Amino acid sequence: MDFGPHLMLAILEGAVTAAILALTAMGLSVVFGVMRVVNVAHGEFYMLGAVIAWFVATTLGAHPALGFVAALILAPLLVGGLAAVADMLILQRIGYDPERTIVATIGMLYIIQQGTLMTFGPDARPVAPPFNSRIPLPWLEWAEGKLSFYYPWGLSITSYKLFVIAAAALILIALWLFMTRTRAGLVMRATQQDSAMAQAFGIPVGRVYALVFGLGAALAAMGAVLVVPIQQAHYLMGHDPLLLSFIVVIIGGLGSLPGTVIAAVLIGVSDGVISVFFSPTLAKITATLAVAMVLVFRPQGLLGKKAH
Amino acid sequence: MDRALALHLGVIAALGLAYFVLPAYHAGNLARIMVLAIYAMGFNLAFGYTGLLSLGHALFFGAGMYGLALSMQHFGAPTLPALLIALVASALVAAVVGALALRTKGVAFMIVTLMFAQAGYLTALYFSAWTRGEEGFVLPQALRRFAGFDLSSAAGRYFAALLLFALTLLLIGAIVRAPFGRALIAIRENEPRATMLGYDVQRLKWFAIIVSGTISGLAGATYALLFGYAGASFAAVPYSILPLLYVLLGGAGTTLGPLVGTAFMIYLFDLSSSLTDAYMLIAGVVLVLLTMFLPQGMLGTLRKRALPWLP
Repeated sequence: MDFGPHLMLAILEGAVTAAILALTAMGLSVVFGVMRVVNVAHGEFYMLGAVIAWFVATTLGAHPALGFVAALILAPLLVGGLAAVADMLILQRIGYDPERTIVATIGMLYIIQQGTLMTFGPDARPVAPPFNSRIPLPWLEWAEGKLSFYYPWGLSITSYKLFVIAAAALILIALWLFMTRTRAGLVMRATQQDSAMAQAFGIPVGRVYALVFGLGAALAAMGAVLVVPIQQAHYLMGHDPLLLSFIVVIIGGLGSLPGTVIAAVLIGVSDGVISVFFSPTLAKITATLAVAMVLVFRPQGLLGKKAH
Repeated sequence: MDRALALHLGVIAALGLAYFVLPAYHAGNLARIMVLAIYAMGFNLAFGYTGLLSLGHALFFGAGMYGLALSMQHFGAPTLPALLIALVASALVAAVVGALALRTKGVAFMIVTLMFAQAGYLTALYFSAWTRGEEGFVLPQALRRFAGFDLSSAAGRYFAALLLFALTLLLIGAIVRAPFGRALIAIRENEPRATMLGYDVQRLKWFAIIVSGTISGLAGATYALLFGYAGASFAAVPYSILPLLYVLLGGAGTTLGPLVGTAFMIYLFDLSSSLTDAYMLIAGVVLVLLTMFLPQGMLGTLRKRALPWLP
């Protein structure tokens, strides 16, 4: 393949990564924005989503599409519920003290991850996509003095990957409508702006926090259900999404929702392009160091507003 | 002689005696505990005394480990020069990372240190031609000698670990009672007040990170030297979390807490390994329970309840 088609493929694959990443990072961002809590166990909620998707799909055993739809509903509910319970049992008891919360969520990370290792096992397990037709992609060629289309060999994408991009966009729009147009969203934003004042106005802040923590985990689980037909479910799969989500949330500005989406697209697409043309390890080193530098020299993020 | 110093010397003497009393299996375990306790003591200086919660100390542990192991493996360096290279390497890494990371505070500091450590881990994987990545490499046994002692034998390993543990414990004991250590505690307790009293807080924190990182590097180098193996998994995220676990369990800001916490956890891991491979599950459960019910750790609680003089 030539450079042009190759680049287009890299960008498309990057867009799929970006779509998943936007969902996962949005979960982290919502939790940080409303609760000012850094959830280190976020990647494990993602992993749990994928594992539950595998479990639901294999238990139902019917048509892949049926299992997929069931997983898309059940996995976020179960994972979100678990997260909400963990919030009430653990994080609320330690009063969301920043340092102790981080230590506690590190503990939760290992409990979930190793618990999955003990039950689900160390193997990677696939989930069949609901539909998966190959769509060849055209490329322009300048031949014999005129422009013409042709289909280079190997330049294609699957219908499922395009569906992932669309589904992630739909979920994000639904989240935005929920946050800006519903009463529950209003309550959440009120709690974000001033939790003491919200409490004084009779908002059950504790319940709102548990709900937000569950919502954040559910978003990660949705991302995982979407990704699991492309990438297999594995007990260590939460590690990379956690780091990438951190990167996205930091670049986008901690707690800024539009910033998170923009940064996810930026990081996802550039990750796709860089790892096609360069060594993925080198790409990861560069990205990690770059993000550390952003935090050191521009802690409000590239798009965030300066703190008052 | 005061009570704190007497207690430290007593613990060191008891550890020396333990080698002759304990069965060989437990003596071997204890050698490992002492090396990891050096790491935990280094971590404790930053976290327990200065209040800097780093999630990236595996970077310093790894710098020391690779400083020693690579110079032995590829340049045939003898023990003492290799150990010096390891100390210089980890001090330099700590100086650079400290200077950058200390521009941030709180949660951002934790994430920045985590990211630097992750970059260090990936670097070790990237240069796997030299480091052999996750798989790691075994050090040449002929080089693991010091002043005629074979450091790969049970006795050589135990007493080398004890010597370095004792030096570190006495050093930490001296630091936390010196003006430098007192100033670090002042920063932990109330940073604006320490600044107002005229302390150069940024510089003191930087020194704390350098000393803490160098001690962690010493632990990494000692681990490679005594157990004859260096691998990238020692620079990965769990190795940044483990010292936090040891220190929190034993008691942050106590001189002997790291030893107590390490010993307790190593035996807990050891017991659980007969039941399951998922030993980090135990680490997770202990971390959650500690933050909820015993935030001051074992010795911290003991100091608060019964023995206010405990160092």
